[in-house]
Amino acid sequence: MKNEITITVNGEKHTAEVENRLLLVHLIRENLALTGTHIGCDTSNCGACTILVNGKSVKSCTILAVQANGKEISTVEGLSPGGELNALQEGFKENHGLHCGFCTPGMLMRATELLEQNPNPTEEEIRWGISGNLCRCTGYNNIVKAIQYASAKLRGVELPSTEPDFV
Amino acid sequence: MIKCKTSKEISGMGHSMKRKEDARFLKGKGNYVDDIKLPGMLHMDIVRSPYAYAKIVKINAEEALKIPGVIAVVTGKDLEQYNLHWMPTLMSDTQMVLPTDTVMYQAQEVAAVIATDRYAARDGKEAVMVEYEPMKPLMDPKKSMDEDAPLLRPDKEGQTNNHIWHWEAGDREATEKVFNEADVVVKEHMHIPRIHVASIETCGCVADYDKVENHLTMYMTTQAPHAIRTVIALVAGHVGLTEEKVRVISPDIGGGFGGKVPVYPGYVIAIAVSFLVGKPIKWVEDRSENLQADSFARDYHIDAEMAADKNGKILATRFKVLADHGYTDASANPSKFPTGLFSIGTGSYDYGTAFMEADAVYTNKPPGGVAYRCSFRVTEAVHAIERMTDRLALEIGKDPAQLRFENFIKKDQFPWKSPTGWEYDSGDYHAGLELAMKAIDYEGLRKEQVEKRANGEMMGIGISTFTEIVGAGPSKDFDILGIKMFDSAEIRVHPTGKAIARFGTKSQGQGHETTYAQIIAEELGIPAEHIQIEEGDTDTAPYGLGTYASRSTPTAGAAAAMAARKLRDKAKKIAAHLLEVSEDDLEWEPGKFSVKGAPEKSKTIQEIVFASYTNHPQGMEAGFEATHYYDPPNLTFPSGAYICVVDIDKETCEIKVRRFVAIDDCGNIINPMIVQGQVHGGLTQGIAPAMYEELIYDEAGNILNGTFMDYLVPTAVESPKWETGHTVTPSPHHPIGAKGVGESPTVGAPPAIANAIVDALSVHGVTHMEIPITPFKVWKELQKRGVFDKE
Ligand code: FES
Ligand code: FES
Repeated sequence: MKNEITITVNGEKHTAEVENRLLLVHLIRENLALTGTHIGCDTSNCGACTILVNGKSVKSCTILAVQANGKEISTVEGLSPGGELNALQEGFKENHGLHCGFCTPGMLMRATELLEQNPNPTEEEIRWGISGNLCRCTGYNNIVKAIQYASAKLRGVELPSTEPDFV
Repeated sequence: MIKCKTSKEISGMGHSMKRKEDARFLKGKGNYVDDIKLPGMLHMDIVRSPYAYAKIVKINAEEALKIPGVIAVVTGKDLEQYNLHWMPTLMSDTQMVLPTDTVMYQAQEVAAVIATDRYAARDGKEAVMVEYEPMKPLMDPKKSMDEDAPLLRPDKEGQTNNHIWHWEAGDREATEKVFNEADVVVKEHMHIPRIHVASIETCGCVADYDKVENHLTMYMTTQAPHAIRTVIALVAGHVGLTEEKVRVISPDIGGGFGGKVPVYPGYVIAIAVSFLVGKPIKWVEDRSENLQADSFARDYHIDAEMAADKNGKILATRFKVLADHGYTDASANPSKFPTGLFSIGTGSYDYGTAFMEADAVYTNKPPGGVAYRCSFRVTEAVHAIERMTDRLALEIGKDPAQLRFENFIKKDQFPWKSPTGWEYDSGDYHAGLELAMKAIDYEGLRKEQVEKRANGEMMGIGISTFTEIVGAGPSKDFDILGIKMFDSAEIRVHPTGKAIARFGTKSQGQGHETTYAQIIAEELGIPAEHIQIEEGDTDTAPYGLGTYASRSTPTAGAAAAMAARKLRDKAKKIAAHLLEVSEDDLEWEPGKFSVKGAPEKSKTIQEIVFASYTNHPQGMEAGFEATHYYDPPNLTFPSGAYICVVDIDKETCEIKVRRFVAIDDCGNIINPMIVQGQVHGGLTQGIAPAMYEELIYDEAGNILNGTFMDYLVPTAVESPKWETGHTVTPSPHHPIGAKGVGESPTVGAPPAIANAIVDALSVHGVTHMEIPITPFKVWKELQKRGVFDKE
């Protein structure tokens, strides 16, 4: 069974004929060739595939492409349209919030929604907020710092130090 | 304090340069194996065994082949025609690629389905009908050597039981004597459970065989591309895939931790199918396949004993190991070291007598024995020695920190010869533990603990002061399948003074594109920003053994410094020529040579490089390039002092890691930010096996937690806020005094956590807990001891 769907991805409209069972993550990665969205599991646990659907963070391996019909989707590729890193991306770079980079797009998308809902989260709120996203490399300390940095930057307050507290 | 010899603009050693590789990952432009899409590419999925041990009666692919898009179903019998149905493991054991008659573990590869897209391949996999005749599997390694145990490997000539190898180190008799005469002997049995690296990217490949050129390009998730190329040539040379016809490309890797060192059947099947059909074949395993079939780590059953005098002076240790290797020994150890570097297990302590032995056996579990962010079985050894040190402290009623101070090898005793034959290069264990105790306020915590205990609360403090052993390794002893474990660097500086450097290693997130550039910047004075680093393409990079076992900085990092020094020597000659002075009249500061006493007469490295292409001295080779293959004279011995504080809830037995201070000593530091990042990540992979992760099998051979739903990788909530710091004891034999760090925290953290939990529970008479220590295990232990009855 195939159906025609129309979705907007990072501001661009796409129409596609898709099998009903096609997962949204496969549509994004394979049909649209936006490979920044990753796949890290088959049980909706890792969050590597996290994107925004109408502004809400969603694990794109968990919904069907047809369910996204008519929706606005944002992926990591849409975060810095002008080329400059956005506040979150900059936060991750400045605070060494990534090692292998495989979880990073999902973390960035999840954190985007987190900061939208809660512009000044506590460390505890950040940790719970990203608890649907697994990272095997960083031990999370610096991901938390990255999100705090972005929060400060977006709120226009003084940026926290990015020097490693490795004394 | 970290010393920075070069300016921030150059970013040499000791600068927290932001990573050069980050931009592509942050923008979704990384290039991982599953992102590769080639024209005409087909997809492969793998049919796997539901049984742990069974005869294959029949494989029926008829229905599968009717599915639109399914092109072929490949079985062991098909591969047998080309003698490609088996392969060697890195430990010179053998492993089936696809079985011809028997399956040996659950989730073993049984057949491969090739289709035009991944959905069709998955449909095909579901439709392949396999008839099995199940047999009773051998799951308990302690029963492997029983009379009535089935002989699991009749395919191996001369194999009459399930024993794989016996290994020993140290002096059995001398140790026995010390134990017989010692005032105090403590013993515990400990299981270091089977766990899985579970990098967030699973394993996969695209095998692209070009029939016209008879050439294979293999894109794959590998930590050791060169070694893989050689293995492919060894396995498939007889069908024409000789080494010059094979190019292995390891693109961006989404975490490795040891799990991407071995050759898995999926890779070989993909190559075989691409070879037969002449089209690119993509295979990417899903998470469940990854957890259930790819190499496990650990699974050592250890009887550990420590002998001491009545004051707590350690006199000897004795460890006896039973190693469960599953169906085949597919470890990734150096050839001469079947237990890896387990014999580091005498730890950071000054005593002269030890004996260790290990026996490995086959069972019906998946093969492996790879690292999990640990250099060759060091974690198992460190757990044993650090747990026993605390066990001794508990036995004689001495503070475990004090006991350690009294037993440490002293700073001036290095190089230290260990009773199992290692020569530790350097260390300052006292300084590390002192710093950690100060950072966490050890005294204050012990006082608090006394008060808490008086109120019936369970609070524990655990220490681990470990010695790591990394940087394999000196060619005298270290090889993998005969290839010596050197590593390499090639530096090419372009006429305009910008450079490219290539390496035999392969980053999987460690930040090589930044740190290698910093090493070269330090040595040559060319800004790190102007040095492009490349790894992972066997056609362009010099041969090397790859990245694992924290060996990249000790080996390839050293190679980078040595190659750069060759270039500096050449630069000096050119500078002398340009300045018309003798070489002896020149002095170097990062970035330029100047005439002694006349600093205004100088040539920058950029001017010198330009001259090497435009105006080099007659008789000198033109250009500015150097290669170095570095054969380390010894291993390096990083160390650390970790202290953990836990609170255990009286009712729910929930364990909360309240604080964790980690002081690491990895010698000279290239990039503090990256080192700290490695420590954070390693610590989370240390708490994981200590409290959450274990692959669990039932008696029938079923894995009970083979998905991310039930194999508990710590999230940001379980992972504590790590507090980190360092001391610096340079390695005396390493060109830049660095030691390697990636795995130290994973090695050192589990015993600190276990020691803290046991310390908390010791008021109830508990002397040991098996990791992973879960609230349920604690509850059961306290229940058994009647703790809840009393209340
Ligand atoms: S791929 Fe793991 S949650 Fe979607
Ligand atoms: S950076 Fe590797 S999984 Fe997060």
